[in-house]
Amino acid sequence: MSKRTIRSFLLGDAQADRVVPPSGFTAQLTLFAAAAMAFLAVFALALCMASGRLADRWAGELARSATLRISAPADQRDAQTAAALEILRQTPGIASARALSMEEQAALLTPWFGADLPLDDLPVPQLVEIVADDQGYDVEGLRLRLSGEVPGAVLDDHSRWRRPLVDAANSLRRLGLMSILLIGGATAAMITLAANAALAANAQVIEVLRLVGARDTYIAQAFVRRFTLRALIGATLGMALGMLGVALLPPASDAGGFLTGLGFQGAGWAVPFLIPVLGALVAFAATWYSARRRLGELT
Amino acid sequence: MIELENVGYSYGGGELLSNVTLSLSPGSFHFLTGPSGSGKTTLMKLCYGALKPTSGRIKVFGSDMRRLDRDQMAILRRRIGVVHQDCQFLDHLPLADNVALPLTVSGRDVGAESQNLSELLAWVGLGNRTDALPPELSGGERQRAALARAVIMSPEVVLADEPTGNVDWEMSQRLLTLLAELNRMGKTVLVASHDLALIRAAKSLVQARVLRISNRKLQLAGADL
Repeated sequence: MSKRTIRSFLLGDAQADRVVPPSGFTAQLTLFAAAAMAFLAVFALALCMASGRLADRWAGELARSATLRISAPADQRDAQTAAALEILRQTPGIASARALSMEEQAALLTPWFGADLPLDDLPVPQLVEIVADDQGYDVEGLRLRLSGEVPGAVLDDHSRWRRPLVDAANSLRRLGLMSILLIGGATAAMITLAANAALAANAQVIEVLRLVGARDTYIAQAFVRRFTLRALIGATLGMALGMLGVALLPPASDAGGFLTGLGFQGAGWAVPFLIPVLGALVAFAATWYSARRRLGELT
Repeated sequence: MIELENVGYSYGGGELLSNVTLSLSPGSFHFLTGPSGSGKTTLMKLCYGALKPTSGRIKVFGSDMRRLDRDQMAILRRRIGVVHQDCQFLDHLPLADNVALPLTVSGRDVGAESQNLSELLAWVGLGNRTDALPPELSGGERQRAALARAVIMSPEVVLADEPTGNVDWEMSQRLLTLLAELNRMGKTVLVASHDLALIRAAKSLVQARVLRISNRKLQLAGADL
């Protein structure tokens, strides 16, 4: 397509539009289908972005923190803690390591044992909070060294329960992406069917136009413009309704967890505006392809 | 204008035309006659590129038709006015828009040509029917509208396939007069018709040559029909 073709396509040609008879009912069906698909696409997108955020957050937070548990007889506890802290200080890739105070450990246990727990009388292990820097550290190496020098220490890098969570969030994101692709494909299929029906219904119009010397581009454009505009308008409506639906979801809260986090955040709100544009592009390509193929069959 | 060299055309079943050689020179008037099914319409279609010959060569305005792509073919059709026996229109547009359709699709400004358009419609006697939709027109009106549409681009060649097929004698005389007038204006005209009375009637109007298709061949018929 030349630059001129694109320009005349965008500006439109009232006369070119008139040569194809108006089709009320099918036009509304195309509009409805585009709107429904855009509506679904908004939710698929929201799911994608929410699960993406979740996966990133879990992976980031969990990967960077680890816990060292030191279970030792009361008399050796402080010495072993000091030794462990020294090892951690020397390990490359660890940003900070800090032994939790008695009060902090008591706060962690409160939900399970109540506020009145006499912590001093119980053999509670000492916890050391480890925060890795961006490069990370060699977990296995650290584990080996600790087992040699601090026998009571157990390193927990949270990976055991981190992986399934991150995997789950990533699977959700993949499902969302796949839904968006399927929605795009289904839209293309529907528009192609509708365009083919319109081209077949207007076979006489096409023949007359061809007889009086209309070029393929001219004939195709009359159809392509129509379907592209219908898809654009329908998808805009659907997107607006979908975004309204997402906006009306209850706000994200800690108590609600994942479910209430479904939605867009910040710049994410701009992404759904791509849906009508992509919908129009899909309609354009689908109609262009069917029109050219149909016209190629004529002499 | 249009030259056919040893053109043959076969349908799936068998050969319909073979070794047809024909040259339409500028300003000439030809009748094409022959029994039904002899290939008149096929020959007309070959002349404006709706069919491709299975053998031989067709040159239109000096260029080999086989070498033209689809867009060039569309441009070519703007220089050849075609009137069909069963003329088709865009049924949702009024007559004036239908007649102006060749201008519309070639990107010409229809508004600027409105004077021409109304003169043309008056010439074919449809000046008072401009707002009628094609389904509302009678057979004769449709034929005249098709003729007006065929000549609005001021083509060099006018091809009319049985233009009088659906109309009474008086109307065919009128159409013939219009075609003769076009020829006097310098257009090359080829009219396919099986109506010998019409061809005889044309003798008084125009210097016409008669081509006849018989046994798959094209022959120049004698002067006396």
